[in-house]
Order: sequence, then C-alpha cells, then structure tokens
Amino acid sequence: MEMIEQANAEALQRLLAGDPVLIDVRPAGEVLADLGDRTILHAGPPIEWSRMCGPMRGAISGIAVFEGWAKDLDDAARLAAEGAFGFQPNHDFDAVGPMTGMTTASQPVMVVENRTTGNRAYCTINEGLGKVMRFGGNDAEVLDRLRWLRDVLGPAMGEALRQSDGIPLKPLIGRGLTMGDEMHQRNVACSGLLLRALAPDLARVMTDSSALAQALAFIAGNDQFFLNVAMATGKAITDPVRNIEGSTIVTAMSRNGTDFGIRVSGTGDEWYTAPVEMPEGLYFPGFGAEDANPDMGDSTIVETVGLGGFAMAAAPAVAGFVGAGAASDAALFTRSMGEITIGENPEWTIPALDYQGVPTGIDIRLVVESGIAPTINTGIAHKEPGRGQVGAGVVKAPLDCFDAALKGIADRLGIA
Amino acid sequence: MSDQKQPRYSLLQVPLKVVNVGLEGFAQDLQHHGAPVLHVDWAPPARGDARLADLLSKMGS
Repeated sequence: MEMIEQANAEALQRLLAGDPVLIDVRPAGEVLADLGDRTILHAGPPIEWSRMCGPMRGAISGIAVFEGWAKDLDDAARLAAEGAFGFQPNHDFDAVGPMTGMTTASQPVMVVENRTTGNRAYCTINEGLGKVMRFGGNDAEVLDRLRWLRDVLGPAMGEALRQSDGIPLKPLIGRGLTMGDEMHQRNVACSGLLLRALAPDLARVMTDSSALAQALAFIAGNDQFFLNVAMATGKAITDPVRNIEGSTIVTAMSRNGTDFGIRVSGTGDEWYTAPVEMPEGLYFPGFGAEDANPDMGDSTIVETVGLGGFAMAAAPAVAGFVGAGAASDAALFTRSMGEITIGENPEWTIPALDYQGVPTGIDIRLVVESGIAPTINTGIAHKEPGRGQVGAGVVKAPLDCFDAALKGIADRLGIA
Repeated sequence: MSDQKQPRYSLLQVPLKVVNVGLEGFAQDLQHHGAPVLHVDWAPPARGDARLADLLSKMGS
C-alpha cells in the first residue's frame, strides 16, 4: 500500500536522522512538564496499584518514603492502595526508566536533546547493580544511594554538562558497538567512553577532591551506567517518529511487569498491550526461575532503535551472559531481527557482520506476517518486593500486541 | 497391474536429496537416518490467522 510505504520511509528517515546529545542533569520536577505533586512515573503502559507486580510495588513504596510522602514502607503501601499517589507512565512525560522505572519530582534526570528535531528526553541516573530501586529494592542502603544521586552526583553532572557543549551520543554508541556493547545488557565500553568524556568537566566543577573521587569511582564501578543514557537516547530518537499517518513502524515497546505494551507511529500514543512474558536466562547463585518476576522496564526503547537484542551480534559476550546460546549464535539474533525491520542504521554498524548496520524500524506488518517477535535482552528482578536483581536473560515481545496494533491501524485507515 | 513396466528410475533407488518446508521434525527424522536435508523455516503468514492475513494483503505486506 503506497501510503504506508511512504509513511514508513519517512519514519525510517527520522529514526536515522536523530542526533542525540547529553546536555544536562536536572531535577525531574524542573524539566518534566506537568509532573504533578505526589505523582510517581513508572515503566510500561498505564497500570493501577491493584495489578502491579511485587517489585513495582516495592519500588513505589520506597520512592514514596524517599520523597517524604510516607513515614515508612508499610505506610507507603497503605497510602498507595488508598489512592494517595498518582501513577502515570514515564512515556507520557518524554521520559523512560529501567525496570520499575521510578521517576519522581526530586530525582535528577539526565537530559538528552535530539538536535535534529529539538525535542528532549529524560531518564534517571543508573544506580548500579544488585539491590537497587529499579529492581524493586527499597531499604535504607537503596534510599541513601538515591539521596547521594540527588544531592551530589546529579547536580555535579548537570553543572559539568552545562559547562561543556554536551556529549554527542550517536558517535559514542557507534564506537561502543565496535567495542562489544549492545547497550542493553552490556554497556561496559560506552560507560567507559562516557566517563572519559565527562571526567574533565566533573573535575572542574567538583572542588572537593574526595567527593570527586567518589563520583568517578561510582561511574567507573558500574558497567551499566550508560544504560540509562542509551534509554534517553532511544526516547529522544523515537519521539519525533510518532504520529506519521499510516506508518506501521513501532515507536515504543515497554513493560510494567504485568503488561507489555507497544506504540505505533500511525496510531499516536495508543498502547497495544498483552500479558508480559517471562524471561529465559541465567540466575545469580542461590536464585532460579521460581524467584523471577515477569519482564519489566522501559529499557526496550533501545531495541526500538536497533540496539539491545537487535544488536546482539555486536556483543557475543552477552549471548553467554543472558543464556542465549553460544557466542557464535549472537549473529543469528541480529539477522533474525532484520526480518522484521525495514532498514539498517549506517552509523551504528557491527564489525562481526562486515559492518552491517543494526536492524532499524520495526514494522508491525513484518512481525505479524512472519511471527518473529522482537528479541529483548533484559535483567530479571525477584518477584517479591525489596529483593532486587536475580539474573539476566532474553525475552520475546508478545505477538498479541502486534496483532492488536495491526487491527488498530487498519481501522484507522478504513481497511476492513 | 502385473503387465505394467517398472519405471526406469525409482525414487528410492537413488540417493535422496530432500527439501523440507515447515515442520522441522520431519527434517530431523531424515537426518537421523543419514539423508541430507535442507530445511526451510516456513510458517503460514500471520500464523494461519485468516483475518490478519487478509489485512496484511490489503496493507501491502
């Protein structure tokens, strides 16, 4: 259908033209328009308290205590059940968040500007590994770390970035792909490259050398520090692709631990949802599949722009880490994703595939026709509140979302 | 029947070369018996859902 082909060509052009730059870190309440009082932004499509999974509830209880809206975790859970807090998706505020995806007014968010279109996207700072709020952690250690991010690292990163011209992310990610990152479960190279770009300006603005050392050690000690930057990058690139009449290209994939949702360009901000699936993967010692929560997080925005599971061939080490098979199998995942995308990104290339670009532009028609579901690399949270991460794995996007989206766009175009 | 000539070449009197389309189990069975098999990973469009397949045909997929 010519109209759809033209609309999708425009969508792909916008995806490839995106020019994301990390420019600032600000409190969410200052930069997220219309973020209301006692409002908690979460990962995935909309969901009410009664349907939230364990780690999502744990994180909400923790963030309510962190914001001073509840005196302790039990009080927070009671208030949440009574409707004292507003729950809204990050995606409705130009934002994204990993796993539980908690975003509230006082948390610092990184600001990524798409310099081609001028829109901005936001994501909190990555907390590190282990027991952290994004995996449902909520004890004193977790909240203390969030306070340090709010009071020390966030303001320092913001000041450092404002003194610079910003950090261009497209070339940085391109380089990371050639160094073995896929930007979802492996961010070792990009975290190092970001630290290298950020460190001189951080040193200029942080006059207390012990505070500076702590900041540098925190970033250097977290192999996933760049994940949240990559997520804001994905959001900054995909938001201008929304609302192209007739386009069947996916603009967001996201999960809240209960539902998986997708958005498609031609149907704007409509969510098409299906029950979220369980990841298949490897578990940390002492944990197993019986401990795992279903898939969760806005981090699938990286797959939406051709990274993560779509770029598995760039990161054969990840195939082993997430239990997806041998390193030599990694290329199969990327080639498979080529079956459901309409283009490749010439600026994000994979050496092991003779510098082929990452598969870009998921077309729901190709997903429905082939039955090939997008592959997602993901962390696995414990199903109980407050326990944190228990493993990492691979999960498939549920095909029912794509079936529903196809019917939705057909209705909109008057195709019976 | 008895006066029919035997075909000059019988399928099972020459080495088999098999292309298997769809269900992989058939290919695996033949492979276990030593027959070379080329498997084609194929499934009906839209997993056999006629309504979705009709929409796809109209939407140019």
